[in-house]
Amino acid sequence: MRSFQQRLPDFNTRGIRVVAISVDAPDINRRHCQKLGFTYTFLSDPKAEAIRRYDLLHPGGGPNGADIARPAEFLIDSSGTIRWVNLTESVTVRARPDQVLKEFDDLKLTSPPGG
Amino acid sequence: MTRCRLPFSPWIVKFAGTQTSKKRQWNFSLWTGFLLVLAGFMSYVPFFALFPITRDFPWVNLLLFVTGGTLLVSGLRRAFRQPELFRGKILGSIMALLSIAGIGFFAFGLFCVARQLPASAAAPHVGQKAPEFTLLDQNGKSVALADLLSSPPAGAAGTKANGVLLIFYRGHW
Repeated sequence: MRSFQQRLPDFNTRGIRVVAISVDAPDINRRHCQKLGFTYTFLSDPKAEAIRRYDLLHPGGGPNGADIARPAEFLIDSSGTIRWVNLTESVTVRARPDQVLKEFDDLKLTSPPGG
Repeated sequence: MTRCRLPFSPWIVKFAGTQTSKKRQWNFSLWTGFLLVLAGFMSYVPFFALFPITRDFPWVNLLLFVTGGTLLVSGLRRAFRQPELFRGKILGSIMALLSIAGIGFFAFGLFCVARQLPASAAAPHVGQKAPEFTLLDQNGKSVALADLLSSPPAGAAGTKANGVLLIFYRGHW
């Protein structure tokens, strides 16, 4: 999360919206964004509707057996098509900004000027 | 003359023994080893997990465990082989047991518990349309995936986004 905030200018110049999704409530997200200086979008999915739609529910994975999202990253192009998926095997290993930016550049997802 | 002295010799030996036991050396390798293992155990979550290079594979922590473990073993060896010279038979054994438990707990947590994730076999694949959703953002505003795609990020040129990166995460707790 921190690393994506640090590299946010690189995502912005490429026209990539960075969006984080978890079961945390909006006010928890707002507090954390203020505290940690995050400026990108944090979405709240307390009922795990989107999380279930993406088959990312980790039943009982949270504190006190709460259902949470397993870590995962999806890169979606401007037409709404998924172009890259990262499903980690360990909660400690996550996608890195450089990795995502390289995928984006390799896929040439930037629309041509004026297009 | 020599016969006369014999009965005293055990006394002399015993006296000499207590003298050396008072002068037994502090077993520094035991302590250094234990502190290194402790540092390896405590430092991952608050520090090394913050940096990708030490987070993805906890090599610094494993290095601390190996170095600390080696020192502990050599310290224990000294304590048991030369108890007249080095301290730490009991305390060293306790420290060694604690270290084994700590390293075991660390390895179990990182290499077993952290990997117990659902397979997510039905997660959308590359080439599929991303499933639509509408959720509240941190300002309480309702945001749909279509909205994200149709507006560029702050400071970017153009009228729509070139892409959206969705990061699903476990939440802050």
